Amino acid sequence: MSFEFSLIIDSIPKMLAGIGITLELLLLSMVIGTILAIFILLMRISNRWYLCWPAMSFIYIFRGTPILIQIFIIYYGFPQFEFIRESIFWPMLREPYGCAVLALTINNAAYVSEIFRGGVNGVDRGYLEAGAALGLSIRQRFIYITAPIAIRLSIPAYSNDVIGLMKATALASTITLLDMMGIARTIVAEYYAPYEIFISLAIIYLIMTWIIQNAFGLLEKRMSRHIRQ
Amino acid sequence: MINSVTSSEPIIRLKDVDKFFGGFQALKKINLNVEKGERIVVCGPSGSGKSTMIRCINRLEQHNAGHIIVNGHELTDQVKDIDAVRREVGMVFQSFNLFPHLSIIDNLMLAPKLVRKTPKPKAREQAMSMLERVRIPEQADKYPSQLSGGQQQRVAIARSLCMNPEIMLFDEPTSALDPEMINEVLEVMTDLAKEGMTMICVTHEMGFARSVADAVIFMDEGEIVERNTPEEFFNNPKSDRTKLFLSQILAH
Repeated sequence: MSFEFSLIIDSIPKMLAGIGITLELLLLSMVIGTILAIFILLMRISNRWYLCWPAMSFIYIFRGTPILIQIFIIYYGFPQFEFIRESIFWPMLREPYGCAVLALTINNAAYVSEIFRGGVNGVDRGYLEAGAALGLSIRQRFIYITAPIAIRLSIPAYSNDVIGLMKATALASTITLLDMMGIARTIVAEYYAPYEIFISLAIIYLIMTWIIQNAFGLLEKRMSRHIRQ
Repeated sequence: MINSVTSSEPIIRLKDVDKFFGGFQALKKINLNVEKGERIVVCGPSGSGKSTMIRCINRLEQHNAGHIIVNGHELTDQVKDIDAVRREVGMVFQSFNLFPHLSIIDNLMLAPKLVRKTPKPKAREQAMSMLERVRIPEQADKYPSQLSGGQQQRVAIARSLCMNPEIMLFDEPTSALDPEMINEVLEVMTDLAKEGMTMICVTHEMGFARSVADAVIFMDEGEIVERNTPEEFFNNPKSDRTKLFLSQILAH
């Protein structure tokens, strides 16, 4: 078998035309997913069953099923329902783009809320007792003591999650979106050179992973400056 | 007259206080009165309930029966009373518990800003004067992890003092310290005692008890076994359990 470097050189710029979509999917589902995750976390740790149960079910369902199935259900399944087609969400759910963002967002929210819960549970009880003894209310203790410590504890797992999410954006190509993966598949179908194309694409993802990893590495270092001696 | 005009209500009153952890009874019918300005040292073997008792006084633990009245507020489920008590009662922990993500000065300013609504410049000024009081103003901008244990504990004391408490509780404040750092913390506590602060200290520092305490309380198995002046307590203990305990800690 042969390995055509010229094909790699030609295809990389073409695939990079889809990096915008890939990054958009990543950023949108990361930001919205993280905000959603905070609400789910607060519900989950509220100690009120009517808040806790829905949060636990949400986490269980969206963390417990393949994201590809979630994308397919949203994209192929939702349009069958009259009430969804008539809802205000239809303009978004009609487009594969909206479906992909929705699926990635809820999936990410389920993961991130568990990551944050790990962080919250990792906060030493002694700090909260000190806060209580100083007269801080429960809310003040959460905002000024628990949250900053928990966020720092969550960074390594969170950066892992962002890398996973970036790779998951490739699944959007299965519902016709032309992100980098979507473009790669088109090129492969045209030239029938899966080896070269997918290896080049893998390299692009590796470079993105490297950037994300290092960005979070810097963030973690900055947020841990109080721990270094 | 038994009740003279000058005698006032004790600032801390525990009446028949019981505390259970599951099936284990940590406190058994505890009765304790502390007058304003009084300095009490509590000692006893581990598991005797001494920490639990002082943690009930600012409701870090909830008692299961009896009454606890602090500075006129009875501790119940009422959040208002709990907050009122916690504002007036400072606490120093064995493990310091300084907020690791805040600098020393921010550790001191947090509660006055949030709870007392002290404006920032005023809070800073007060924090600096408290750091001077515990003799480490030069550490203001460092983080807790950069300080020695003794320094951290002094910061923890200063942090409590920033709330201008009426009462200070100390839960084994020197037990986690290296021996050479114990004295710097005890000196600060002695200063406080001289200034007339109402204090309850759980500690095994018997030298401190002798020189500072108005009364020493010995606890064992969830009960107050003996309460006496330091003089009597060390030279003439009444109960056998106290004698045994003293022989164990003073033996070497």
